Amino acid sequence: MKIVVLVKPVPDTYGDRVLNLETGLADRAASETVLDEITERALEAVIRHAEESAKSGAGDVEVIAMTMAPAESQSTLRKALAMGAASAVHVADERLAGADLVRTAEVLAAALRRAGADLIVAGNGSTDGSGGVMPSMLAELLELPAATRLETLEITADAVRGTRETDGGTMTVTAALPAVVSVTERMPDPRFPALKGIMGAKKKPLEVLTLDDLGAELEALGVELDETASARSIMVAATQRPAREAGEIITDDGTAGERIAAFLADRRLA
Amino acid sequence: MTSTEMTSNEPILTLLLAGPAVADEAPALADGAAEALGAAARLGTPVAVVVGAADALPQLAEAAASLGAARVLTAAVDPAQLGAPVADALAAAVAQEAPAAVLVSHSIEGSDAAGRLAARLRAPLAVDAVAVERDDEGIVAKHSVYGGGFEVTSAATYGPLIVTLRLGAIDHRAEAAAPQVSALEVGASGRPAAAVEGFESVVQASERPDLRSAKKIVSGGRGLGSKEQFALVEQLADTLGAAIGASRAAVDAGYVDQSLQVGQTGTSVSPDLYIAVGISGAIQHRAGMQTAKTIIAIDKDANAPIFEIADLGVVGDLFTIVPQLVQALEARK
Ligand SMILES: Cc1cc2nc3c(=O)[nH]c(=O)nc-3n(C[C@H](O)[C@H](O)[C@H](O)COP(=O)(O)OP(=O)(O)OC[C@H]3O[C@@H](n4cnc5c(N)ncnc54)[C@H](O)[C@@H]3O)c2cc1C
Ligand SMILES: Nc1ncnc2c1ncn2[C@@H]1O[C@H](COP(=O)(O)O)[C@@H](O)[C@H]1O
Repeated sequence: MKIVVLVKPVPDTYGDRVLNLETGLADRAASETVLDEITERALEAVIRHAEESAKSGAGDVEVIAMTMAPAESQSTLRKALAMGAASAVHVADERLAGADLVRTAEVLAAALRRAGADLIVAGNGSTDGSGGVMPSMLAELLELPAATRLETLEITADAVRGTRETDGGTMTVTAALPAVVSVTERMPDPRFPALKGIMGAKKKPLEVLTLDDLGAELEALGVELDETASARSIMVAATQRPAREAGEIITDDGTAGERIAAFLADRRLA
Repeated sequence: MTSTEMTSNEPILTLLLAGPAVADEAPALADGAAEALGAAARLGTPVAVVVGAADALPQLAEAAASLGAARVLTAAVDPAQLGAPVADALAAAVAQEAPAAVLVSHSIEGSDAAGRLAARLRAPLAVDAVAVERDDEGIVAKHSVYGGGFEVTSAATYGPLIVTLRLGAIDHRAEAAAPQVSALEVGASGRPAAAVEGFESVVQASERPDLRSAKKIVSGGRGLGSKEQFALVEQLADTLGAAIGASRAAVDAGYVDQSLQVGQTGTSVSPDLYIAVGISGAIQHRAGMQTAKTIIAIDKDANAPIFEIADLGVVGDLFTIVPQLVQALEARK
C-alpha cells in the first residue's frame, strides 16, 4: 500500500511571522521554515502504521512525503525522510509563487495522481492560516471520498476509519480506499529523527517536480495554466495591526480580586 | 438608481446546514446561519441554500426565512454521507442563481463543502473571513492572519467569490422575511463520499454561551492544576455570563474538551472581554485571542508573556484571587 502524507513547510510560530505588505506573501527570510506541526504528527501516525504492518507481516506500506513549496524549503522534506518516509516529492516552480487555494489544489492533485496513492493523509489545518480546506479540495479534484478532521486513524487493507469531532458531536466515519483523510493535533507526538535516520535520509529519493513535469496530469484534470484564463482569488491589500501594548500590571496584595471586579465595573464589563 | 444599488440586488447564496439532530428536539440550523444571512444582506439579496435530512427541511426553511433569507432553496441529503452531496446541492444552486458570492460558515462541515465547491467550479475561495464587504471593484473578504498580526483583504479576479466566514465574526443581522421556499433540483454527481457509522451528539449541559461567538470568555490553563479545580474557571464564567475557553496544556491534561481550546490550532476568538487564568500566554495561545478588546490576565509568574498584552495583569495566586473576584462580582450584582 502506498500512503502519501501531505506535509507543509510553514514559518515557525515561535518566531516573528511577517507578511510582505506589498506582495501579500509570507516573508520567508523573516522566520525559520519548519514542517507544520500537525503534518509532522500525521507523518508520525503513518510511519507508525507502516512499522506495525511490517512487523505483523500485514504487508508493505510505502510512505511518501509530498509538498508544494518554494525550492528553499527543501530541508523540511529531508526531515520527513529522516523521520522515516521512504521517499519525498517536492513540487517547486517559480510560477507557483502566490498560488491561490484552487491553483494549489490543482497542482497537488496532479502530483498525487502521478504518485498513485491508496491513501492521502493531510493535516486538518496549517498554522500559516489557510483554513483547512485543502483536503476536501483534493478529494473533489481526484474524485475520492474524504474523511476530514480525524482524531483517531485506523488503516486497513481496503478502508480507513476514524472518529472526528464535528460541529456538535463525535462522529465515527469510514471510507473505502483510495481516499483522502485529514487528521488533527490529537495524532501522536512526532519523533526526533535519530542520527541514523538523518544519515539515511541523504540516500533516500527526493524528487523535485516542476509544472512541466506534471503536464500530462494537469491536462487530465483540466487545469488551465494560463492565469488570465481562470478566475483567481487575489490579495488586494494587507496591513499590519499595531502591536498590543501592556496595560496596568499589579501584584496581589490581598485585594486583587476586588480590584479586578472594580476594573470590570468601570468598563461596564460586569 | 446608483450603480451600487443596482448591484446590491444580486443574489448572494448562503449555505445553511442542519445542526446536529438532538433527540426530542425540533430540527435547527447549524451555528452561523444568522451570521451568514446577516453578511449576505449587506452585499445583495440573501438566498439561502438549506441542506438537511428530507423530513427536517420545512422547519429549517422557515428558520432560514426568519433569519432573513429572501428566498430559500432546499435540498435533501442523506446525513450519513459526508461532503460530496452537500457540494452537489450547492453547485446546483450556483448554476441556477449565478450569485455574486457564496457565503458558508467556516465550521467543519461548512468549510469542507466550500472547499469541494471551489475545486469543482474552479472558483476563487476566500477562507476564514472576519468580514465581507463591497467596494468599487466588487465583493472583498477580510482576513485576520498570523494570529491577528495582519489584516488581509482578498477578492476574486472575476466570477463569484466563495467565502467561508469565521464563526462569531459577523455582528450584522438581516431582517426576517416571509418564507418563499422552493426545492432545488440537484443532479447527483455520484462522487464517492465517506460514510458516517455513528454519531454521538454532545448535549449542551449548560446554558453557557458558545465560545466562538461569546462576548466574554474566561479561559483556564495548566495553572488550574486539575480537572476538579478547573471548576473555578466555570464559576467565574457563570458569574459573568461568559463562555469557557482553555489553553492547549489544559486540554492535553484533560481538564476540558478539545472543542474549548483557544489558539492557533484551536478556536480564534475576538470577544469584548477575555480573562486568562493560569495561562502563560505562549505565542500560539495569543494567536487565538489577542484581538480581544479587553484582556485581563491572572498568573503567579510576573514574567509570563500573557502580561505583555494584558490591559490588566494581576500577578498572584489564582486560587485566592478568583474566589475573591467571584465574591466581589456577586456582591456588586
Ligand atoms: C504548532 C503549535 C500549536 C499550538 N497551538 C496552541 C493552541 O491552539 N492553543 C494553546 O493554548 N496552545 C497551543 N500550543 C501550545 C503552547 O505553545 C503552550 O504550550 C500552551 O499554550 C501552554 O498552556 P498554558 O499556558 O496553560 O501552560 P503553561 O505554559 O504551563 O502555563 C501555566 C501558567 O500557569 C501559571 N500558574 C501555575 N499555578 C498558578 C497559580 N496557582 N496561580 C496563578 N498562576 C499559576 C504559571 O505561572 C504559568 O504561567 C501550540 C504549540 C505548538 C507548537
Ligand atoms: N502547499 C502544500 N503542500 C503540501 N500539503 C499542503 C499544502 N497546502 C496544504 N497542504 C495540506 O493540507 C492541510 C491543510 O492545510 P491548509 O488548507 O493550508 O490549512 C495541511 O495540513 C497539509 O497536509
